[in-house]
Amino acid sequence: MVASTVAPPVTARPQRPRSRSWLRLIVLLAIVAVVLYPLIWMIGTSVKSQEEIVNNIGLLPRQFTPGNYTDGWTNFDVSFGRFFLNSATVSLLTVVGNAVSCLLAAYAFARLKFRLRGMWFAVMIGTLLLPGHVLIVPQYILFRSLGLVGGDWPYLPLLIPQFLATEAFFVFLMVQFMRGIPRELDEAARIDGANAFGIFRHVILPLSRPALVTTAIFSFIWTWNDFFRQLVFLSSLSDYTVPVALTLFIDSTSQSAVGPMFAMSVLSLLPVFLFFVAFQRMLVEGINTSGLKG
Amino acid sequence: MALTTAPDPTRRGSGSVRPPATRRGTGRIRHGEGLAGYVFLSPWLIGLMAITAMPMLLSLYLSFTNYDILTPWSEVEWVGLANYERMFTSDPSWWHSVRVTLSFALIAVPLKLAAALGVALLLNRAWRGVGLFRGLFYLPSLLGGSVALAIVWVNMFNRDGAFNSFLALFGIEGKPWVNDPDWALETLMVLAIWQFGAPMVIFLAGLKQVPTELYEAASVDGAGKLRQFVNVTLPMLSPVIFFNLVLETINGFQGFTAAFVLSNGTGGPVDSTLMYTLNLYITGFTDLEMGYASAMAWVFLIAIALITVLFFSTGRFWVHYSDGEDR
Repeated sequence: MVASTVAPPVTARPQRPRSRSWLRLIVLLAIVAVVLYPLIWMIGTSVKSQEEIVNNIGLLPRQFTPGNYTDGWTNFDVSFGRFFLNSATVSLLTVVGNAVSCLLAAYAFARLKFRLRGMWFAVMIGTLLLPGHVLIVPQYILFRSLGLVGGDWPYLPLLIPQFLATEAFFVFLMVQFMRGIPRELDEAARIDGANAFGIFRHVILPLSRPALVTTAIFSFIWTWNDFFRQLVFLSSLSDYTVPVALTLFIDSTSQSAVGPMFAMSVLSLLPVFLFFVAFQRMLVEGINTSGLKG
Repeated sequence: MALTTAPDPTRRGSGSVRPPATRRGTGRIRHGEGLAGYVFLSPWLIGLMAITAMPMLLSLYLSFTNYDILTPWSEVEWVGLANYERMFTSDPSWWHSVRVTLSFALIAVPLKLAAALGVALLLNRAWRGVGLFRGLFYLPSLLGGSVALAIVWVNMFNRDGAFNSFLALFGIEGKPWVNDPDWALETLMVLAIWQFGAPMVIFLAGLKQVPTELYEAASVDGAGKLRQFVNVTLPMLSPVIFFNLVLETINGFQGFTAAFVLSNGTGGPVDSTLMYTLNLYITGFTDLEMGYASAMAWVFLIAIALITVLFFSTGRFWVHYSDGEDR
């Protein structure tokens, strides 16, 4: 499946000398080693005993020590199960928010005519490059003054922006995708009596599935990995998400926490890794081809 | 942060950043459609106002005050340009964070792009297994920004870490690199370069667009591999290089997570990893000097805007769009 993704468009080209392609393969394998080494080392360390972490510098443990996982899971007053649940809640709701709100905005930009559309579109593109760090202080002040920071449901400051299409990247991606949907379909629906809402419901929404899937995958992974906003907005231990909880291990400077810390790090990357395995082709190519037909 | 993966710039050049063409013939807005437009746009518009515009204005106002989160609004004092003055004239740690951020971006970004382009060139031939390599190389870009990977990285470059055991193979005695002010930032640069996969994927897409006839023509004219690379590949790829350069530079300026993890949120050792955004976080949320932090945020925003403008204005001289459209 993987190999077939690159259909050879190459015309009859003289075969390169065999030695050159061997050289290329060796270089590539060396790069693979550099790329994978940290990940394998992480997994290896996560099943090493405390003593081996200091003494055994090899990749694999001499003695398999899965205890790090149970130790890490219950290392703090709140179990990691709770942190994973929190992360999953934030990430999945972010996916929903981005998918819905960005799709609505993209439909307006790509298909509907209204006053000042060009200006709003330019503003949207402008926010594409706006660094999130610039807004964090005033956003914190605003959400706090509304009683939403550390409130009954502390994830609102993380989620409200996502339901208001502030992730301009996804709006842009969907606008680009919708431009590739033939306008004749809109016209046909319009002749059948559909208005803007009908066209959205019966033409654009069903045909935008590939762009929606791309958006869903990327917003899940980015939110799952995000640290900055979660660090700022979450203040009590039981509300923490996985990345914020992981930094607690660093606070406890004792060497004994290294194994459990690595074990929880491995677990925290697992969902992203599974997404990668399942959607590898889409992640690598998706944004180039399916997501953004110009 | 949201820009780690990029839309394909090769299809339409940067010209894709244009509002969708309206049909000039039927230029009038259809009855009811204008309203529908704003109905569909409303979540985005509310977001723009409440989540982006209003906070920006609030932040601009705060940057002229001594606001911290503890004093009531009635006691907030207008301090004029004092925050900006302090930043530029009497805050060595601000200047230091500027230096740290600039050296991080100036070193890590070019190396990362060079790695991405180099590997993309190695993969740019159709053969079995390309997809597998491409997928593996992309993996760090998905994982690398996380706290978990930063933790791994810090331990890897610590005294008992994997890097030192690698050096030991050659009889070199390492040191705890992450605790050494001269080396801590370099370990973060290596982490950034390790994530070369995302720009590589974009380079690969760009390389696919280069017509093979150009290479054939060049080779008929007697150009060797190197000449072909300099005279065909590089110019044809310049829009993609430009795109990656802008994106990665802006991302590079915003590096936060790894620096936070390495220094446990302090920017240490001896401020050597005090990235601008980390300094901003410490000022605003540890020291609670939110007025001053707002001033820092605005300077950051203006700096990024200026750099983007600088890129686009110099881009005219070296970015070549093959469809001949003047952009």
